[in-house]
Amino acid sequence: MITKKGIFSIAILAACVLGLALSATAAEKLKIGFVYVSPIGDAGWTYQHNLGRLALEKNLGDKVETKYVEKVPEGPEAERVIRNLANSGYDLIFTTSFGYMNPTLKVARMFPKKYFEHCTGYKTAKNVGTYMCRYYQGRYLAGIIAGKMTKSNIMGYVAAFPIPEVIRGINAFTLGARSVNPDVKVKVIWVNSWFDPGKEREAAEAMIAQGADVITHHTDSTAPVLTAEEKGVYAIAYHSDMSKYGPKAQLTAVTHNYGKFYTKVAQSVLDHTWKPEAVWSGIKEGSIKLAPINPVVPKDVVALVEKTTKEIAEGTFKPFHGPIKDQSGKLIVAAGKALTDKDLLAMNYYVEGVQGSIPK
Amino acid sequence: MDFAIFLKILVAAVAAGTPFVYAALGELVTEKSGVLNLGVEGMMLVGAITGFIAMAKTGSLLLAVACGMAAGALMAAIFGVLTLTLMANQVASGLALTIFGVGLSAFLGLNYTSIALPGIAKLHIPLLSDIPVLGKLLFSYDILVYGSLALFFLVSWFLYKTRAGLILRGIGEAPKSAHALGYNVIGIRYLAVLFGGAMAGLGGVYLSVAYTPVWVQGMVAGRGWVSLALVVFATWRPLRVLFGAYLFGAITIAQFHIQGLGIDIPSQLLSMLPYLATIIVLVIISRDLTAIRLNSPASLGITYHPENQ
Repeated sequence: MITKKGIFSIAILAACVLGLALSATAAEKLKIGFVYVSPIGDAGWTYQHNLGRLALEKNLGDKVETKYVEKVPEGPEAERVIRNLANSGYDLIFTTSFGYMNPTLKVARMFPKKYFEHCTGYKTAKNVGTYMCRYYQGRYLAGIIAGKMTKSNIMGYVAAFPIPEVIRGINAFTLGARSVNPDVKVKVIWVNSWFDPGKEREAAEAMIAQGADVITHHTDSTAPVLTAEEKGVYAIAYHSDMSKYGPKAQLTAVTHNYGKFYTKVAQSVLDHTWKPEAVWSGIKEGSIKLAPINPVVPKDVVALVEKTTKEIAEGTFKPFHGPIKDQSGKLIVAAGKALTDKDLLAMNYYVEGVQGSIPK
Repeated sequence: MDFAIFLKILVAAVAAGTPFVYAALGELVTEKSGVLNLGVEGMMLVGAITGFIAMAKTGSLLLAVACGMAAGALMAAIFGVLTLTLMANQVASGLALTIFGVGLSAFLGLNYTSIALPGIAKLHIPLLSDIPVLGKLLFSYDILVYGSLALFFLVSWFLYKTRAGLILRGIGEAPKSAHALGYNVIGIRYLAVLFGGAMAGLGGVYLSVAYTPVWVQGMVAGRGWVSLALVVFATWRPLRVLFGAYLFGAITIAQFHIQGLGIDIPSQLLSMLPYLATIIVLVIISRDLTAIRLNSPASLGITYHPENQ
């Protein structure tokens, strides 16, 4: 029995060595895996990640091979999917949802030779980097347009869950709008779902009924833009350009663009220069862009947005610069100062001009 | 909250409640025949995408409605074959139908995620729609909303005023007796199941063609399950189903308005409110135990085959 077992384990060992050798020869083409939380769809979060993947393929051509797994629930299932990818020869794996953080780290420990990049997380490791975008920069710019275009000075924000990322967006949008129009009030409705077109519509409709004439959203479907179009008010889309859903309504959209970043990371793996980093990129790096601005927006507003965009890119202007007051009128950031990244990541209050309170 | 907003909430509630009216009334007829089909969510999704494709291809609402209903009925037919002919367990088959419908609709909709439909026009009836308050409340919807009301009258009339309705209810109560009297239990149950599927499909069409005229995967988002619950909590009475559907819609809309007004109640609590309030109200209005026993089909969910009796 012992000998049999011995032979068996030798056979396995041989198979492993052979397998390693094979994968080493195959590794000349970098295999890259993507894990998506939702269907690729057409306009949401995952859609933009997938555009990034396609851009990466286009940029690096036959040096890379990519594969994606969509609709992977956050939790134990994610760990299985990531491990499977790592097991089947994928050397660089992008996991694109917050809830993949711990599964990614766990699998990364099992595969120390492989590289992992986790989107929106805050934990890095020897072979795990993180990345996310300064979505709020785009929000601020969109806020400027909204603030100039509103007549009722009331805006409606359809929001998913009260986490810092969403709150940051609400605040940046409000600050942008109030920088050009101090009378602006922003209503927020939490639908407690990333994705429910019916509820998103109902929330948008409720705020329009209450006088909002610019609708924006931090949820995944196109329903808020559609509703704005139907009701004849303006909309600022999120994630991607939704102008075909609301050609009259959409003033602009805050779009995410991961193509450059994905290409850069893949190239660094090919060049063996990859390092675990916590990348937070924005307008400067081209990760955040505004979709083409609707022609109804006056020229001077567009010029102002372009100027601010340039200043943000150069770093001379920060959306969260003082003086910023919270809802109660308490000064949070003094004039001449700006919030640090650490403050931004932990944001849990509304700035002045946002109505209601954050659900605790 | 001023009256104008209150009116807007009511009008929005009717539109929000409409998918439930269709799906729940269809399921009510199915259950009245003694068959429990838990596949409503799946049938709604398949109906939604089929109707959406028809609308996108032809622009004809009539065709969209027809295709959505046919697709829902086809899904129900699968369920019928499984449970009525092959006598599989109804609960398991219904759940499987939902899972199947979720996947199938996603697959069918692969190439349709980037299309936006124009939506369907609200009816404008000269004079009637212009009456200040009533006009807005009663005559400002699209045709599918009126269709759901027509369905309500039809189902109520059929179940309680016609002989065929009596037979259907009889089969739901005591299939064995109905069989002994010479009625084709399986055949009639098939018809009830198909009707339920067609109505679920139509509820889906309303969502994807009229309410939010886009196709997105999983866009029914649990409304099929709510419809199922409505039937039970309304103790299988069409009027209560209608009331429950609008109540659910109204509270959903109202809680958004409360949030929009900035009233300080946690949004998670508010999100829960439609479910909670609808259940409580329906339980209270149907708390009479005798009535529940009279209204609930005695053979619900029990597999029946004439030859085995």
